[in-house]
Amino acid sequence: MIEVNNITKSYITGDTELQVLKGISFRIEDGEFITIMGPSGSGKSTLMHILGALDTPTSGTYMLDEHDVSTQTDDELADIRRDKIGFVFQAFNLLPRTSVLRNVMLPLVYDGVPEEERFVRAKEALRAAGFDENRFDHMSNQLSGGQIQRVAIARALVNDPTLILADEPTGNLDTKTGEIVLDTFQKLNREKGRTIVLITHEQEVADHADRVLFIRDGLLVSDTKTGNQKTFKHIEHI
Amino acid sequence: MKPQDIFKETLAALSANKVRSGLTVLGIVIGISSVIAMISIGQGAQGSIQSSIQSIGSNLILVTPGVQRGPGSQVSAGRGSARSLTQEDADAIVQEITLARAVVPEVSGRYQVTSKGKNTNTSVVGVTTSYPTVRNVEVDQGSFVSDQNTASLSKVAVLGATTSIDLFGEGVDPIGQTIRIKNIQFKVIGVMKAKGGSGFGSQDDMIFIPLSSAQRFLAGDAYVSTISVSAQDPNSMKDIQQQITDLLLTRHHISDSTLADFSTMNQADIVATASSITQTFTVLLAAVAGISLLVGGIGIMNMMLTNVTERTKEIGLRKAIGAKRRDITLQFLSEAVLLTFFGGAIGVFLGWLVSYGVMYFGILQTSVSLFSVVLAFGVSALIGIVFGYYPALRAARLNPIEALRYE
Ligand SMILES: Nc1ncnc2c1ncn2[C@@H]1O[C@H](COP(=O)(O)OP(=O)(O)O)[C@@H](O)[C@H]1O
Ligand SMILES: [Mg+2]
Repeated sequence: MIEVNNITKSYITGDTELQVLKGISFRIEDGEFITIMGPSGSGKSTLMHILGALDTPTSGTYMLDEHDVSTQTDDELADIRRDKIGFVFQAFNLLPRTSVLRNVMLPLVYDGVPEEERFVRAKEALRAAGFDENRFDHMSNQLSGGQIQRVAIARALVNDPTLILADEPTGNLDTKTGEIVLDTFQKLNREKGRTIVLITHEQEVADHADRVLFIRDGLLVSDTKTGNQKTFKHIEHI
Repeated sequence: MKPQDIFKETLAALSANKVRSGLTVLGIVIGISSVIAMISIGQGAQGSIQSSIQSIGSNLILVTPGVQRGPGSQVSAGRGSARSLTQEDADAIVQEITLARAVVPEVSGRYQVTSKGKNTNTSVVGVTTSYPTVRNVEVDQGSFVSDQNTASLSKVAVLGATTSIDLFGEGVDPIGQTIRIKNIQFKVIGVMKAKGGSGFGSQDDMIFIPLSSAQRFLAGDAYVSTISVSAQDPNSMKDIQQQITDLLLTRHHISDSTLADFSTMNQADIVATASSITQTFTVLLAAVAGISLLVGGIGIMNMMLTNVTERTKEIGLRKAIGAKRRDITLQFLSEAVLLTFFGGAIGVFLGWLVSYGVMYFGILQTSVSLFSVVLAFGVSALIGIVFGYYPALRAARLNPIEALRYE
């Protein structure tokens, strides 16, 4: 469960203060599939970083399950990220000149998972992300955009997080690859009950979600439930 | 995070940045090896100067002709060129200076010397029989110039080891052969043992003949160019030097000792002069080593700093996926330690190799001192670790987003 209450975020560059988030509140239940939309520069990524416990809000509170994220120490935040959150960055951020497997295993290294188990789980996550089995040992800089995207998704899945955050995961992909990636998220949501928050520009992507949050100029301007939600709830209740 | 995981992560990170790791190691290797080689060569050179001085004789006092300027005269001849020491002066020293163990007057000059088919230009020294004792040289084959030879103006010659090879070739016994000095025939009666060493005090490229013969047949007069006096022990050297000075001043009728037409020098003075040279040498070397260390250190610092700064993004990513500050700082610390120790080990080996090479090719007798290894290694390791660790510590304090945004 995510509950943000009137959060703001300001950046100070030189002597000018730029308020990027201007007081946003919403609640996300476990198992929801949310997309965040909005024009470029509206503060989507900034909000996502706060949701991912990568950054802290300037004011306001953010409750993630029982944790008040806004008051945690640096190391406590690291624990929350490690245990609960899978983050797919807009820029992917893979370790260069490092194999696909090692990249995906990295979160498990910091979780103290035994080495043999790391391999097993990394391979599972890569398969779940639909990554080509023959390329597990390739270096991260020898991959195509779509492949990099899947590795980044696999890395977000490997620690079995309850909350998966993805910043424009289909932005750089062709329609077909984008659809496959999207299917991956949908499966995780439907079959494993993971909470998914996904930033996108594309209406087709948003159509897959239960709910769309629209952000403009640092404010939440609309919060719309789509038809999917009922279907999803319906399926779940069967 | 477990220690073996930190270690594996370190190795993986280093091999993922092979070029950068390689350059860092190279910087450390150059820094350390140049300091070690420099210090070892310097100490070798010092040692070689010292042993050269020791080899010129034992408790030796050298009397050489000096310059005499008449009162009011501005013109002076070069030091040592004056012909102010005579055979009589030498005889007087033998008679009067009872503390002296041996006195050897010498007259030397360079002449073209020929044997059958070969010739060389070398120093021909007229000496007396005590020369080997005074100057720490030994006869290898045959015999040295005897009192009998001196008394009878014999045309006999004893060859230095190098000269013997120059005139007769290697492995040839020259005894009984004849050589021509200034077109006068001399019979070879002995060959000296090679003394080795070079430059300073090399006595291998010389020909010794009786003093009287040198004066009569080569120089044509009765002056001497050096009088070597050997003292019984080091303590009496100063006294002997004073006595000789007094004696010669009286004999030359000079009352003002600053106008003396000769100079005396004892081996202790030479050692003192030389040690002031080696002192300068040491300072020079220390400066060169210091600069190498500084340059190497700055290189290491530079590599480490760029390394960490360029990897701020990586630090951000690692934190984003759950690494704590300690995980990051430990990894970078162990990277720095590994790089500096790896580079250090190669550097020490390379420095030793250079020093060994210098010795192997007979340039100098060198040895690598523990001090230089500790100094070079210690300083590089310290710089490497501080500059590898400190920026990582700073980067680890950034929140992941700031670190990831770092350009
Ligand atoms: N660390 C930062 N320092 C200064 N300005 C920032 C920083 N992060 C984001 N911004 C600014 O905040 C605004 C919103 O950025 P972002 O959240 O990335 O927008 P979006 O993802 O919606 O395109 C932009 O104008 C951006 O330049
Ligand atoms: Mg963005």
